[in-house]
Amino acid sequence: MTVIDISSLETTLSSDQCIKCNICTASCPVAAVTDKFPGPKAVGPQMQRLRQPSAPSYDKSVDFCNGCGVCSLVCPHGVQIAEMNAVARAVQMDRDGVPLRNKMLGRPEPLGKIGTLTAPFSNLPLALPPLRWAMEKTIGIHRKAPFPSFTGKRFRKWFKSHAPENLIGRRKVVYFHGCSTNYYEPRVGKAVVKVLEHFGCKVSIAEQNCCGLPMQSNGEFDAARELAKSNIAKLMPYIRENYVIVGSSTSCTLALKHDYQNILGLQGRDVEMIAKNTFDIFEFLDDLFTEQTLNPQFRRIKDAVFYHPPCQQRSHFMGQPATKILRRIPGLSFEVSTADCCGVAGTYGLKAEKYQISRDIGETLFAQIDRHSPSRVLCDSETCRWWIEGHTDVESIHPIELIADALPR
Amino acid sequence: MRKQFTEVLVIGGGATGLSAARDAVMRGFKTLLLEKGDLAHGTSGRYHGLLHSGGRYVVSDPHSARDCIAENRILRKIIPSAIENTDGWFVTTPEDDPAYADTFLAACKAQGVPAEELNVDVLLNKERLLNQRISRTIRVPDAACDSFDATHILAHDIKARGAKVLLRHEVIGLEIRRQKVCGVNVRNLLTDEEFLIETSMVLNCSGAWAGNIAAMAGGFLKVTPGKGTMIAMNTRLVNTVVNRCKLPHDGDILVPVGTVSVIGTTDIPVESPDQYPIEDWEVEFLLNEGEALIPGFKKFRALRAWAGVRPLYDPTAGGKTESRDLTRSHAVIDHQARDGVGGLLTMVGGKFTTMRLMAQDLVDEACKQLRTKRPCTTAETPAEAPGTKHYYLAQRLNRWEQSHAQHTALTDPIICECELVPESKVRAGIEASQSKILNDLRRDTRLGMGPCQGGFCAYRANGIACGMLAQTPEDAHTTLAQFLQERWKGQRNLLWDHNLRQLELDQNIYRNLLGLDHTVDTADIELYPTEKTA
Ligand SMILES: Cc1cc2nc3c(=O)[nH]c(=O)nc-3n(C[C@H](O)[C@H](O)[C@H](O)COP(=O)(O)OP(=O)(O)OC[C@H]3O[C@@H](n4cnc5c(N)ncnc54)[C@H](O)[C@@H]3O)c2cc1C
Ligand code: SF4
Ligand code: SF4
Repeated sequence: MTVIDISSLETTLSSDQCIKCNICTASCPVAAVTDKFPGPKAVGPQMQRLRQPSAPSYDKSVDFCNGCGVCSLVCPHGVQIAEMNAVARAVQMDRDGVPLRNKMLGRPEPLGKIGTLTAPFSNLPLALPPLRWAMEKTIGIHRKAPFPSFTGKRFRKWFKSHAPENLIGRRKVVYFHGCSTNYYEPRVGKAVVKVLEHFGCKVSIAEQNCCGLPMQSNGEFDAARELAKSNIAKLMPYIRENYVIVGSSTSCTLALKHDYQNILGLQGRDVEMIAKNTFDIFEFLDDLFTEQTLNPQFRRIKDAVFYHPPCQQRSHFMGQPATKILRRIPGLSFEVSTADCCGVAGTYGLKAEKYQISRDIGETLFAQIDRHSPSRVLCDSETCRWWIEGHTDVESIHPIELIADALPR
Repeated sequence: MRKQFTEVLVIGGGATGLSAARDAVMRGFKTLLLEKGDLAHGTSGRYHGLLHSGGRYVVSDPHSARDCIAENRILRKIIPSAIENTDGWFVTTPEDDPAYADTFLAACKAQGVPAEELNVDVLLNKERLLNQRISRTIRVPDAACDSFDATHILAHDIKARGAKVLLRHEVIGLEIRRQKVCGVNVRNLLTDEEFLIETSMVLNCSGAWAGNIAAMAGGFLKVTPGKGTMIAMNTRLVNTVVNRCKLPHDGDILVPVGTVSVIGTTDIPVESPDQYPIEDWEVEFLLNEGEALIPGFKKFRALRAWAGVRPLYDPTAGGKTESRDLTRSHAVIDHQARDGVGGLLTMVGGKFTTMRLMAQDLVDEACKQLRTKRPCTTAETPAEAPGTKHYYLAQRLNRWEQSHAQHTALTDPIICECELVPESKVRAGIEASQSKILNDLRRDTRLGMGPCQGGFCAYRANGIACGMLAQTPEDAHTTLAQFLQERWKGQRNLLWDHNLRQLELDQNIYRNLLGLDHTVDTADIELYPTEKTA
């Protein structure tokens, strides 16, 4: 059995601590909108007692957990519910085989490579209703699920040709851009580089691959572990040279900080070092400003925007650093979302059987956006941005793009 | 007074009594079984849950070992769905003498108990929590057997074959005419009605209470109750039975039974089979023994402690008192030969594993006394439909998931969340037993046996029972309080960490939210800790 190892045992055995208080279920965005999902307490600690490594199991409801991690955060007794769910799903997939659709959704990288090569033509099928209908029927990707467009020029290509502002920066940063920046939204990466260099950092982009989270959440633990190990090997030389890792996708950085150890069960000094030295871009900037008592000056931006912190951000235990920095922009007014979750949770909402659940979860957020009618919605996670844009018709950008905009010219 | 007649009358609805009734009815006797409580109300419902391979006894009691392996094979065929084929291992921990494993292997061979020593990695890779310093591992065909399932299957089979099973009927006296038992005086404990059942043969299978029945016939039978305490750990820390490879001792077996794993037992002679509180030192002792098998054992959640009494027959009455030294094997006592009273046979000693064999010996003797020759067929005839599979842990989860795919939480909500018991099961259980006693429902469905110990399911099930059986509110409050009292008894020795938090939450629900201690007379029902004990 390769899926469960000794460290996931620690996760699964945390079911021992559950006292059934229901706090997790009351906070779960999925349980709130559908009867198909019995909730974190049920599929987590409760069903865990009935799971058996050696016997056939029909562990279906856990697949409706979207992995947002809220339950683990709110549990007052230390039950690692979301992690337990991820392990249970992986065990189930290991036994039953991973569906083709999950395999596709778990591999943004090879898909991205083909897509960017052939853009803009590769964007066509995703815009064609009959093809989308066929996709839903054959592989189960919902016909209305919004997809991003491939870009013609990858971020890494741009980076190699760009002239760095700061060659001997005081802080050495290796930027973990993730797949979405490279293949779909190079503009986010450009903004990150611009901001970091502006504040005196020396930026490098190490060789890297997909963080592995899409595979992990689609149940392919072994394959995800390979990606994780490869990233660790590629990033470690930088850590030894006193670089810190900074990422702009809250989900990629969470994988590096938390999931590699706590869900995929990787152990050892390297993975710990990586976890310790990985920062979200705003977490990093906030530290930088306070540590170095920088008082950054921003241009006035007369705009009203809406900020939705993605759910994974909570599991970073760093508060909402983006709001602290946005507040420094003169003229900018922004509302912060009080919705728990936009619903999509990575690739969850793209799946035919889950699309409606994700939409229903997102309703609270969409209504708030509607009420405030902002010019743009800011969000740190790519899949959330695409989902929000697809359901509100309001443009959604990464908050760092706004910061880059506000830098003095 | 009402009068009834039955050829064979069995006293006791435990493993032995049910097996005896099954044997008798299959030999064509008109059969009736009386039990003062519910099925498995006595020792059978409180045992360790191990279907012995015989391994435990190969060195100390070879005769028992041979009985066990033979019956182990038979029970797997006749009550398959009560048995989980877990296998068992004898392991040498750093605290055990490694040489004993050789003695053990030789003895297994001599007694015909299949035993195979395998590389320790085979077991240690499967059972990650076990002590990595275990040096020898020997596999034997132990299994886990759920007593509630087993007794329910047997009772069902007996009734299908035409025997009568009367629960909550206590034997209060024997009718003796011309030196022969010819009837039994019975009290229906629910209605207090008393009546006589005439019979040609009484089979006393009342376990630790056997002496009471013998006394009704004017005989003196010394059955020393030997208390054995066990602790159920909240999860399955192992998926196979793990025995220490050493001479049988206290606290040396860990058995996965359903969702829990049970460490046991102690063995202490006690005065009465009805009162034997658990001592704190027993709990500490058992948890410490667990540490030898699983380092860090104590940090896992100990869910419930309980004890059962071994019905150990002392033929020398008044001699030795250490109950493990008494004979473990069973014996049929013929009160004609012993006390000059015919028509009464008593079964003493034995094990859960050997229940069928005990019944066979008992009914063979009954046939002899009734001067009839009828062969025993219980070993060849399954009590369940052909093709029934063994139990496995994920079974309940699978069933629930499959039905959940059709229904939703709204059409068949889960009543007991910890043990995944849906409303339909609760209703079916109450319908079948017509009992308002929630403990009966627990034995039938496992309701209330999980981590919250009734905190969230008891009031729900109580509400359903109240509606179905048209109870008065006072009645319903009392049955609820009684159930919680039972649950609390099992938790009282284990109040630290999460179990303590759990108790606080449960107490808050029943005391502060539902005000149960104001609606029932708590003078006779101890509902959670009182000021004194708290
Ligand atoms: C701690 C412990 C652990 C054990 N572990 C194992 C094990 O792992 N494996 C194994 O094979 N064996 C084990 N045993 C032994 C096994 O549990 C018993 O041998 C077996 O359960 C005895 O069953 P029984 O039917 O004879 O007695 P019981 O189950 O006690 O049945 C007797 C019944 O008679 C009823 N009764 C009494 N008086 C009256 C009356 N006057 N009128 C009507 N009914 C009456 C009682 O209510 C009771 O239900 C263990 C025993 C103990 C104590
Ligand atoms: S991770 Fe999120 S969706 Fe999954 S059970 Fe927890 S709260 Fe619910
Ligand atoms: S919040 Fe934690 S303790 Fe409470 S029910 Fe959920 S898992 Fe159990």
